[in-house]
Amino acid sequence: MTPQDGHTIAAAAPSPTSRARLKLIDCDVHHALRSSKDLLPYMASRWHSHLEDFGRRRPVPFTAASPYPKTAPALSRTDSWPPNGGPPGSDLVFLQEQLLDPYNIEYGMLHLLMSGMDERNQDLGNATCSAINDWQHEHWTQKDRRLKAAIVVPGEDPPATVREIERWAGNPDFAQVSLVTHAIEPLGRRRYWPIYEAAAALGLPIGLHSSGNNGHAVTSAGWCSYYVEEQHNVALSQQNLAISLVCEGVFERFPALKAVIVEAGFVWVPSVAWRLDQHWARMRGEVPHLTMKPSEYFRRNIWYTSQPADEPEKPEYLRQSLDWLGWDRLLFATDYPHWDMDSPEQAFKFRMTEAEQRQVFAENARAVYGLA
Amino acid sequence: MNTALPGGIDCDVHPALPGMSALMPYLDPYWQEQVTVRGIDGLDLASFPPQMEANGRRDWRESGAKPGTSLERLQRDALDGFGSRLAICNPLYGVLAIYNEHFAAALARAINDWITAEWLDREPRLRASITVAAQNAELAVDEIERRAGDARYVQVLLLAQDEAPLGNRRYWPIYAAAERHGLSIGVHAGSTFRHATTSNGWPSYHLEDYAAHAQAFQSNLLSLVHEGAFHKFPALKFVLIESGFTWLPAFMWRANKTWRGVRAEVPWVDRPPGDLIRDHVRFTLQPTDSPPTGADMERLLEQIGRDDMLLFSTDYPHWQFDGQNVWPAGFSDALKRRVLLDNPRNAYPRLKEALQ
Amino acid sequence: MARHIVASAGEIPPGGRKLVTVRGREIGIFNQGGAYFALLNRCPHQGAELCKGTLIGLATSRGPGHFELTRRGEMLKCPWHGWEYDIRTGQSWCDPNDTKVRAYPVTVISGEALVQGPFIAETFPVAVEQDYVVIDV
Repeated sequence: MTPQDGHTIAAAAPSPTSRARLKLIDCDVHHALRSSKDLLPYMASRWHSHLEDFGRRRPVPFTAASPYPKTAPALSRTDSWPPNGGPPGSDLVFLQEQLLDPYNIEYGMLHLLMSGMDERNQDLGNATCSAINDWQHEHWTQKDRRLKAAIVVPGEDPPATVREIERWAGNPDFAQVSLVTHAIEPLGRRRYWPIYEAAAALGLPIGLHSSGNNGHAVTSAGWCSYYVEEQHNVALSQQNLAISLVCEGVFERFPALKAVIVEAGFVWVPSVAWRLDQHWARMRGEVPHLTMKPSEYFRRNIWYTSQPADEPEKPEYLRQSLDWLGWDRLLFATDYPHWDMDSPEQAFKFRMTEAEQRQVFAENARAVYGLA
Repeated sequence: MNTALPGGIDCDVHPALPGMSALMPYLDPYWQEQVTVRGIDGLDLASFPPQMEANGRRDWRESGAKPGTSLERLQRDALDGFGSRLAICNPLYGVLAIYNEHFAAALARAINDWITAEWLDREPRLRASITVAAQNAELAVDEIERRAGDARYVQVLLLAQDEAPLGNRRYWPIYAAAERHGLSIGVHAGSTFRHATTSNGWPSYHLEDYAAHAQAFQSNLLSLVHEGAFHKFPALKFVLIESGFTWLPAFMWRANKTWRGVRAEVPWVDRPPGDLIRDHVRFTLQPTDSPPTGADMERLLEQIGRDDMLLFSTDYPHWQFDGQNVWPAGFSDALKRRVLLDNPRNAYPRLKEALQ
Repeated sequence: MARHIVASAGEIPPGGRKLVTVRGREIGIFNQGGAYFALLNRCPHQGAELCKGTLIGLATSRGPGHFELTRRGEMLKCPWHGWEYDIRTGQSWCDPNDTKVRAYPVTVISGEALVQGPFIAETFPVAVEQDYVVIDV
């Protein structure tokens, strides 16, 4: 007797059945290359032999592994390996069957966990980013119109980045610009501003998914020992990233720029904003370019994807977090197919009104990304 | 000043060295000559530049002098000013950031001798942290042993951003010595600059560096929990100083959630990280990083879930509040009393002796 | 509650499992050293198909740096967030009192007893000389 996928009965926690009928916008979906060779058709032939010989080079010690081994192969749910082969997220049909169709997903915002931005060979990095975007367009966004890609760019080379953004400008398949977050400098620094200028002029948000390697220790207190620490520390890095964008004055210079912090959750936002406001009040002479309190930039220019949705002892505490940070700031995301992904039906263990659900699960994202 | 509240224990004041010249009497001849001949000075921490108004409240400064250098001002502004019955001195000077371990250890010893002679011996309400060169755990333990007999030393002082996160085993001999002697471990905001002030690299502004102390403290809590420091040293209390605390609930939620999924990597962590932190870690009051309203703070305190975790502090002479407004909105009188006295007594076992 | 035949004895090898649907519920039947256990195929955390998770041992420790693996193959690691469940009790390791997967009583009954009814056999033709795994749902 073969097991059938059973209908998921509503969990004991409050789970309004209206959620099942609501169309969702999933702001963090991870597609994947089936093989590194998938990019070769989009790369000049010199790179074919170069990659065979020299491969990719990043500021990491191993050719094909992390010094912090992850808790699951490919960081993914063990049931997300496609039956036809390839790593999790690499098979569009399986992604449709496991994610897009059953959860009634109207749009899925794609984030590829690979970039040329932290490639140490700059020409290779540039070529890789262009190839990724060509591949995403041909094999993903054109094949399933629900999927929207991010323009992957070689952010350490701002002129090349601006060219790549302009190459896709106006193409509705691309909904944002993606930068690696562990960049060589904090992303608020001026060297990256030409990127923000181009993105803002085109109305494209910048999507900031935890990624990349810059050779700095994973914490400002040095290198931790365990993956259980590293997994949390990357979320702390995202907090510093938000602080950088605000304090460097990116949103002052580009008031229309929208930034989406992806995969860091959201419960940290209020305390970071309160802390920044308090210390800005006594150090504001250092940053005269800021014309508003830091918390106001958090509320005006930054959005946060929901995953991982935290699980306090009292689920209602999440409501308090959202009241403080703003219900319009939250963008629902599954983070499919990662092991720590959130189920749309069960991630939030507190009751939301229908209006709140529509905001969090769809309308905030529709507004940020300008989706129909 | 609210006269209805008892005088408390100020768990963070900063006596400041005017310069290396003040340490000369406490250095041996070899180091005196090294310092003189090589012109060594200027070891104020970049994390706390003394001239910055944030590090010396205007009405707490003597004109022309580095804030915190005057005992008489500290007595008047901090001790008398807040009716505190005791204050714990946390000297911030460059010991931990020096690469020459021997020099660092010599400086640490000199600083402790200077604190003893010119602060503790002159003002009976003062207590202190032991300055150590944690760069070399053996030398640090020597210094702890040297001071342990003086009951006025209640804590060993470290900085939050060092070479390795503070749960790392390289620090364990220091924790063992501290636990043996009933000393707590004080982790103060600040960096030895062994690493960039964020994992994303070097921000442009001091404001960002200062804000980033909060993330550094969180990285250290992850390390202390998951390296098993709380299991290895069950009697030891860690006090996070000038760290802020309003980030704590969100931090504990995430730490608990991650642990549940990855537990087998660190099987000695047999309780949720939040529970371990509640039992072993304390936080000084300043800066409060307060939410907008008192009601918000009450909710935040409820989320922290324990009323024994906060320790009264002024952070004198750093400018964290104006006038006497040391208390944020949302703290009941009952909580203030705990924060003023009971919590510091419990966080610092060696204080109990002194207060009896 | 009613009894349902879900497998014949010997059908599920030791260390093996079978997924069945009974009264609209997906349930995993586990053979642990000849003893059978039945767990709802839905993780109480976020509803993942728990019974498709990896069978693992239990990692415990005397203290930092000490590692011990016991109860090999007796714990179920949820395919999603990796939470660990004791197959015998359905309790999660990290929160045994409040996070448990629904477990169902399991017995092994002879075909001879079964043909006397009133068990719901569904797809099972019952032979009197065989034994069967029966769960109460």
